[in-house]
Amino acid sequence: MKINERFYPILATLAVLVLLYGYGIFEHRAFSDTYVLGALLTDNAFLIITAVGMTFVILSGGIDLSVGSMIAFIGVLMAELVTGFGMHPVTAAVIAMVVGSAFGAFMGVIIAKFDIQPFIITLAGMFFLRGMCFLINLDSVPIDHPFVSAFSGFKIQLPGRGWLTASALLMLATVIGGVVIAHFTRFGRNVYAIGGDRHSAELLGVPVHSTIIRVYTLSGFFSALSGVVFAFYTASAYPLAAVGVELDAIAAVVIGGTLLTGGMGFVLGTFFGGIIMGVIQTLIAFDGSLNSWWTKIMIGALLFGFIVLQRLITRSFSGMRAGAT
Amino acid sequence: MSDTVLSVRGAGKFFPGVKALEDVDFDLERGEIHALLGENGAGKSTLIKVITGVHPRDAGTVSLEGQEIHPQHPGDAQELGISTVYQEVNLVPTLSVAENLMLERQTRKFGLISWKKTEADAKTALEILGLDIDVNRPLGSYSVAIQQLVAIARAVALDAKVLILDEPTASLDGEEIKTLFRIMGELRDKGLGIVFVTHFLDQVYAVTDRITVLRNGRLVGTFVTKELAQIDLINHMLGRELAEVSAHRHQDEGSYDGPARQIQIKNLGKKRVLEPVSLDLKAGEIVGLAGLLGSGRTELAELVFGTQKADSGLVFLDGEPVMLRSPRHAIRAGFGLCPEDRKQDGIVAELSVRENIVLALQGRRGWLRPIPRAEQQKFADDMIKALGIATPDSEKPVGQLSGGNQQKVILARWLVSKPILLILDEPTRGIDVGAHADIIKLIKELCDEGLALLVASSELEEIVAFADRVAVMRDREKVSELVGAEITQNSIIEAIAR
Repeated sequence: MKINERFYPILATLAVLVLLYGYGIFEHRAFSDTYVLGALLTDNAFLIITAVGMTFVILSGGIDLSVGSMIAFIGVLMAELVTGFGMHPVTAAVIAMVVGSAFGAFMGVIIAKFDIQPFIITLAGMFFLRGMCFLINLDSVPIDHPFVSAFSGFKIQLPGRGWLTASALLMLATVIGGVVIAHFTRFGRNVYAIGGDRHSAELLGVPVHSTIIRVYTLSGFFSALSGVVFAFYTASAYPLAAVGVELDAIAAVVIGGTLLTGGMGFVLGTFFGGIIMGVIQTLIAFDGSLNSWWTKIMIGALLFGFIVLQRLITRSFSGMRAGAT
Repeated sequence: MSDTVLSVRGAGKFFPGVKALEDVDFDLERGEIHALLGENGAGKSTLIKVITGVHPRDAGTVSLEGQEIHPQHPGDAQELGISTVYQEVNLVPTLSVAENLMLERQTRKFGLISWKKTEADAKTALEILGLDIDVNRPLGSYSVAIQQLVAIARAVALDAKVLILDEPTASLDGEEIKTLFRIMGELRDKGLGIVFVTHFLDQVYAVTDRITVLRNGRLVGTFVTKELAQIDLINHMLGRELAEVSAHRHQDEGSYDGPARQIQIKNLGKKRVLEPVSLDLKAGEIVGLAGLLGSGRTELAELVFGTQKADSGLVFLDGEPVMLRSPRHAIRAGFGLCPEDRKQDGIVAELSVRENIVLALQGRRGWLRPIPRAEQQKFADDMIKALGIATPDSEKPVGQLSGGNQQKVILARWLVSKPILLILDEPTRGIDVGAHADIIKLIKELCDEGLALLVASSELEEIVAFADRVAVMRDREKVSELVGAEITQNSIIEAIAR
C-alpha cells in the first residue's frame, strides 16, 4: 500500500530524530542512559508546551509571536500574586492561566472580526506583554513557597539513572491533550480545514470566526501554562525571561513537519520537533569542543531542509488546485 | 407539478451603485431539475448567494417548504437542507476525502470523533455516486473531476431537499458529465429539487425540466424546457438577436496587408510534457489549437510563452531565434499569453482595471521607466471603450468584474503592449453567450490589425468559426494541420479520432 502523502513530513521528522539520537548513542556511551531522555523532557518541557499551542495557530494558517512575552509575563504575575498577595501558587496559576487565555482570546477576536494579519496583532501582543512585565516588576524575583519547592523536587524514577519531573509529566499530558483536540474534536478538524483553504471551509459550514478566536485562546492558554511550568521549574520570575521563545516554538513546529501555510501537520510532530532541538543542544554539550551557537546553525540548517521538503510535497497539491477552476 | 419546495418572492439585492437583483420570483418543485440561465452579471450567482445566505437579501422572501427562512451563512442553509456545489471545487485539498465529506458532521462518541464510523459514513456517501476511492488520501491528490464528485456526494449526503449546482460541468470531460447527469436524474427521482446553473445550452436541453432566465438582475420568465426552442431561449437570455458568430472567417482572409512577420515554431517539445511540435504563424493569421482536454494544447501555449522551459526545439521570429527561458523573455520578444485559468494565472484581482491593463506594458519597459499616470489612464480608458468592458470606472478592482469582463481586461493588457504574437488559451471558458460573441469578434478584429494569434479551445464550433488554420493535438502530439475549407467540425473530430 502507498503511504499517505500526509505522513511524509512527520516521517522525515522521525528519521531525523532517530538519526540524531542514534548518532549520540554511537558517539557517546552515556547518551543511551535514560538520564539524557529525562533531562531532554524536562529541559524542553516549557518550549514544547508552548509549541503545542503554536501548532494549532500555524495549522490554522496563522502565527502567534506573543508566546515568549506571555511566558515572562505569567511568571512575573505569579511571583507578584504569590509573594506580594500571599496566594497559594495553585490559585495563582489558575488566575494566570485565565488571564493568559483571555489575552489570547482578545487577540483572536481582533484577528477574526477585523480580518487583520495575525502577525501584526500578535507582534503588538508581544510588545504589550513584555512591557507589562516591567510594569509589575523590574528585577528577577524568587518565587518562594513550599509548593513550588515540592513541584521542582517531584521525581518519578525511570529504569536507569533518569527520572521524570513534574514539568515533563505536565508536558506529556499537554501533548496528549493536544493530539486529542487536534484529531478527535470537530474544533481540531475545523482548524485543519481553515488552514487548508479558508474560503472553502467557510462554504462547507465551518464557523471560521469562532474557530480562529478559539485557536488564539488555546495558544494563550498553552503559553500561560508554559509560563507557569517555567516559573515553578526555575522557582523565580524575570521580566526578560523567554526572549525569542516564540521563534523556537515556531521552529519546533516546522521541524515537526507542520506546513507553515497551515492545513497539514501533527501535534505529535511538534513534540518530536522540540525533542530534536533539545537533542542537538545536548549533542553539542556532550561534544564539549563546540560552542553553543552551533545549536543555532544546526537548527537553521534543519529548517532550510524542512521548508524545502514541505514545498516539494505541497507542489503536487497546488498543481491539482490550479486545474480546479 | 405543484409540490413547491423552494419559493423566492420579490428578491432584491443592492450593492453600492448596482441593483444586482431586483424583484425576482423563483419556484423550485420537488423532483425537478430547474435550469437557471442568464448572461454574466444577469444575477444568477447573486440569486444563489441570496438563497444560501452568503449575501443577506435586501428585499423579498425566501421560503423552504412554506416556511420563510433567513440563513446567515452557507452553514445555516445546509442545515435547512439547501446544499450548493460550486464551479470551483470548494473543498479543502489538504484534508482527506473522508474529512471533506464529513466536516462538521463527523460521528462522535463521548464528544470525540469516531474515525471508524466517520470513514464508513464517507464510503457510504460515495457509493451513492458509484465512486470507489481511498477516502484516507488527501483530496488534492485526486483529479478535479473526482473532487467535483466528492463535492456533490457531500451535498447529497446532507439529506438535502434542494441541491444547487453552480456550473458543475465546467471542468469535467464527456464521460464524467454523463455520470453527473445520471446521478442528477437519480436524485430528481428521489424527490430532490435541483437548481442547475450552466452556460452549455445543450446540457440544459439534455437534463432540465424547466428553465428560469434572468437578465440584468431581473426575471425574464420561467419556461418548460420542452416547449422552448433554443433560438427563443438565446433571445430571452440576450434580449437581442445573436450576432453572426459562426460566420467563417477564412472567407474574408487577407484583410491584413501590413508587414508579414513570421513566427516559426520548430520541434518545440519537452520530455513527458509535449512531443516536438512544429508550427508556422504569420501576422494577420489565426491558428486554432484543437484537441481534447490534456491533449497538449495548453502545454504548447506554455512552452511558446516560456512558462515551461522546452528541452528541445526553438522559436524563430522573422528568422531569428528567440530565447524563451521565462515569460519575461517571451514578453520582451513581443509574445503575450491569456492563460486558461483567469483567476489563478491571469488577473490580479485586487488591482484596479487600469493597473491590470498596464501591467504587461510596464513589465516590458522595466520598472525603472514608469508609465506616467495620465498615459496609464488613457490606455485604460481607450481599452474600456474599445473592448466594451463593463465597469463603472477604471479604478474598480478587477476581482469585482464578471468573468467575461475579466477576460477582456486580460486581452486589453496584451493589446496595449502591442504584441506580435498573442496566445489565447480557452478565451471563452466560463463566459456566457453574449460576452462569448464579443470575444470572438474581438479576436477577429485583432487579427485584421496584424497580430498573429494562436488560440487553443475545446469548443470546435468556435475554432471552426475563426481559424485560418487548425493544428489538431492528440496525446501530447500534433497529429494534423487543417487549412481553409478543410476546417469543419467533422474534419477536426476525425483528426482527433484517427
